Amino acid sequence: MALMSSPAEAAAPALDVERIREDFPILKRLVREHRLVYLDSAATTQKPRAVLDALARYYAQGNANIHRGVYVLSEEATAAYDAARVKVQRFLNAAASREIVFTRNTTESINLVAQSFGRRNIGPGDEIVITHMEHHSNIVPWQLLCEQVGARLRVAPIDDSGTLQLDALEGLLGPRTRLVSVVHLSNSLGTINPVEDIVAMARARDIPVLIDGSQAVYHMPVDVQALGCDFYVCTGHKLYGPTGIGVLYGREALLEQMPPYQGGGDMIRSVTFEKTTYADLPHKFEAGTPHISGAVGLGAAVDYIQGIGFDALVPHEADLLEYGTAALAEVKGLRIIGTAARKASILAFVMKGAHPHDVGTIVDTEGVAIRTGHHCTQPVMDRYGVPATARASVAMYNTREEIDALVRALHRVREMFPV
Amino acid sequence: MSDLRELYQEVILDHNKHPRNFGEIEGADRHADGYNPLCGDRLAVYLNLDGERITDVAFLGSGCAISKASASLMTDAIKGRTVAEARALFGRFHAMITDDADAPPPEGVGKLAVLAGVRDYPTRVKCASLAWHTLRAACDDLHEPVTTE
Repeated sequence: MALMSSPAEAAAPALDVERIREDFPILKRLVREHRLVYLDSAATTQKPRAVLDALARYYAQGNANIHRGVYVLSEEATAAYDAARVKVQRFLNAAASREIVFTRNTTESINLVAQSFGRRNIGPGDEIVITHMEHHSNIVPWQLLCEQVGARLRVAPIDDSGTLQLDALEGLLGPRTRLVSVVHLSNSLGTINPVEDIVAMARARDIPVLIDGSQAVYHMPVDVQALGCDFYVCTGHKLYGPTGIGVLYGREALLEQMPPYQGGGDMIRSVTFEKTTYADLPHKFEAGTPHISGAVGLGAAVDYIQGIGFDALVPHEADLLEYGTAALAEVKGLRIIGTAARKASILAFVMKGAHPHDVGTIVDTEGVAIRTGHHCTQPVMDRYGVPATARASVAMYNTREEIDALVRALHRVREMFPV
Repeated sequence: MSDLRELYQEVILDHNKHPRNFGEIEGADRHADGYNPLCGDRLAVYLNLDGERITDVAFLGSGCAISKASASLMTDAIKGRTVAEARALFGRFHAMITDDADAPPPEGVGKLAVLAGVRDYPTRVKCASLAWHTLRAACDDLHEPVTTE
């Protein structure tokens, strides 16, 4: 998929961005006397009214604990929770809803795989392969596992543009490789990794693959069956849904053989002091009362995205990225970090003579919200020899005018920190 | 823009561009490292002492304009003072940058008053205080790096 499409292609299914903006109440907010320009969707997206209404309606009309309640409210809440799972299943095109496990976030999904799949299948001397552009949440859980079982973490390099060196990754796949865990879309560089190729390389060697789709799922259609990956993880709050609800997709055969991650209520079939048997998928991995309203909100978010459609959303965001890349290049002394050929959403940069934190504070006074720091990818910062970057990221509700507002604010930075 | 000039006063921009006492003191009596994990700022503070008096002070590191200017202003402010005086000044400085916006103008902080605008930007308080936390660690002769978290 070429996300940097030509203007002619981009014009095809036009996205009515003004109408979309009407769906997001927060975009009307004033910040420091300016209309909010929200360019930090890679950290979390704003929420459409459909999601806010679903949350309010659930608590106002349908709140009850799920499972085992024999009264109407509990039955309705259970049905709403189960329906949300089916919506996510269809969104990712998983084969069955029992392959969708609700977690707290992407981080918890990865930790679940590390501690359940990992501790059962990975041992002393075994290897886990990741890439240099992983978020800390796809590094640290594996480091913890490696310490626990005596395995080794191998890291596939990236080049100066932020493109994964695929040949080098393939070179790391060996007889001791027990898992490949890679990010689909990098949060600090914007690189889209060739996950189809990575899955093919790994499957040829019978190595399972986990894909961290935290950033990818709201920028491009994802079909886990077509990808052929074993695990796919993402989070609700970047999918225009609530915080506190995450998703683990796992192939049924793998989830079946994995032991529970946490023990407690709801994940059991029967409990005695002598022996406990576990519930079927996906409940085996959902101990305790889950984030019911979060799941309901996520279901509404998935409906909302599908109502807009990736056919309209992808060219719109590609146009913003292209426009933004060109506009930022005009700012004196600005260098974009992450210039891979296949990119989406992310415009990370550093400015000569101005620290990213000062950049962030100055643009904030113009109402422009961007993120500054290491973006939980310190190895990427080290790779580029910078302590931090400033990062603008676009989503479906952003406009070219907002990019212009960012650029105007960056000129203010330049005035204050001349080069 | 006026708000911004409140934070990024000329004195601050000047100290950022031309930091005073910037560098390492070879064989310093005391030194400590500071780290702000939030933004990746790192700096080291070096001290020479004559008894309780700070006879020389320097810092080295990279960071945002606020942290660098604050470190530079700090070194100017504490050179020649006693450790106890420096600690007391940190107390007044810290109160100033964490006061609410309506608080009266700070007293007894001298040139450090240019950093008062930081109190309107809570996320930047750690930038302004990193050098001071590191100074305190140097005074206490701590060898573990201090962090602002």
